[in-house]
Amino acid sequence: MTPASYAYAVTRGLKPEQVAGVRGVDGTEVHLVAHRDLVAVVGAVPLEEYDADALKAKLERIEWLEAIARAHHGVVDAVGTHGATLPLRMATVYRSDERVAEVLRDGYDRFTAALDDLDGRVEWGVKLYVEPPPPEPAAPPSATGKDYLRRRRDARRSREDVWRRAAEFGHRVDAALAELAVDTRHHRPQNPQLSGARGENVLNAAYLVDAAGARDFAERARSADGAVPGIRVEVTGPWAPYSFAVPADPEAVR
Amino acid sequence: MTEASLWQSGAPSVSARGPGSGANLADILERVLDKGVVIAGDIQINLLDIELLTIKLRLLVASVDKAKEMGIDWWEHDPSLSSRAPKPVESRDLAAENRELRDRIAQLEAGKETS
Repeated sequence: MTPASYAYAVTRGLKPEQVAGVRGVDGTEVHLVAHRDLVAVVGAVPLEEYDADALKAKLERIEWLEAIARAHHGVVDAVGTHGATLPLRMATVYRSDERVAEVLRDGYDRFTAALDDLDGRVEWGVKLYVEPPPPEPAAPPSATGKDYLRRRRDARRSREDVWRRAAEFGHRVDAALAELAVDTRHHRPQNPQLSGARGENVLNAAYLVDAAGARDFAERARSADGAVPGIRVEVTGPWAPYSFAVPADPEAVR
Repeated sequence: MTEASLWQSGAPSVSARGPGSGANLADILERVLDKGVVIAGDIQINLLDIELLTIKLRLLVASVDKAKEMGIDWWEHDPSLSSRAPKPVESRDLAAENRELRDRIAQLEAGKETS
């Protein structure tokens, strides 16, 4: 087997014993690759299973995708408990630990600046869901086409109304939370098929929050839940600052 | 470090140490696939070039309406996902759609357990 180095995250001042027992993809233990005060958290993987073709094939299968995604996140999450952490995009693979050290060296200023920005801060996720309106009563079989169309129209209008109220509430919540946050990102709404969440996701935001105010932030966000009937607010976190670990080259993300 | 204690805030909706293994797959995927630092690896794999990620996963992670806005419409012919595709009016509706969603979630859940 040819070894390769799967890189999970970049941080500072992490000691090997702090990641003892932390396992990443394929259940392999992670280790550290250092350059000056920067540390990359890396796992050894077989190159044959993580070259472009193999990765592509793996990631095309939802069960593999999920396993790798959860393993990747598990390492980032564990590292994040120890200090400012830059999560790397999933499936960042190098031919050797030496190459990882080179990347740390070449990107030293950029990583350092990003870590400085994120130091002492965490990410909270806040999502707003519109709960589905109660199902319409079954149409009597004798209903005419006209009745049917009218019912459809009324139902559509009432749905649009719920939607509009939700959008307004979402804007208010987002504005209030953004004031408590250092930075804000808006993500695409999630599909309930994958999240398993009830209702339609109308706001999917991430907030970068100072650690000192993080608990207050979460409480404030949770207090929005139930404030408006039919709208649910879900708070997740604290996350490592995935949403704020911006790439140096915005073109790289398309 | 202050963050460590924060992480262990034990707030009801989070696990003892952040949204670890229990976090919802959609939340994790949108972060590990779409966020985080992009640096060129030696193994060049553009996650966005993978068919699953460009099409199916966009559908899974993003809401259908949003994905439609993004111009992805391969599900146009799948009646459970499309309002434009032909569908029998009464019989399908919410119950059928819910059943399909539940099945799909069950499939995903099953996948989760075996992985």
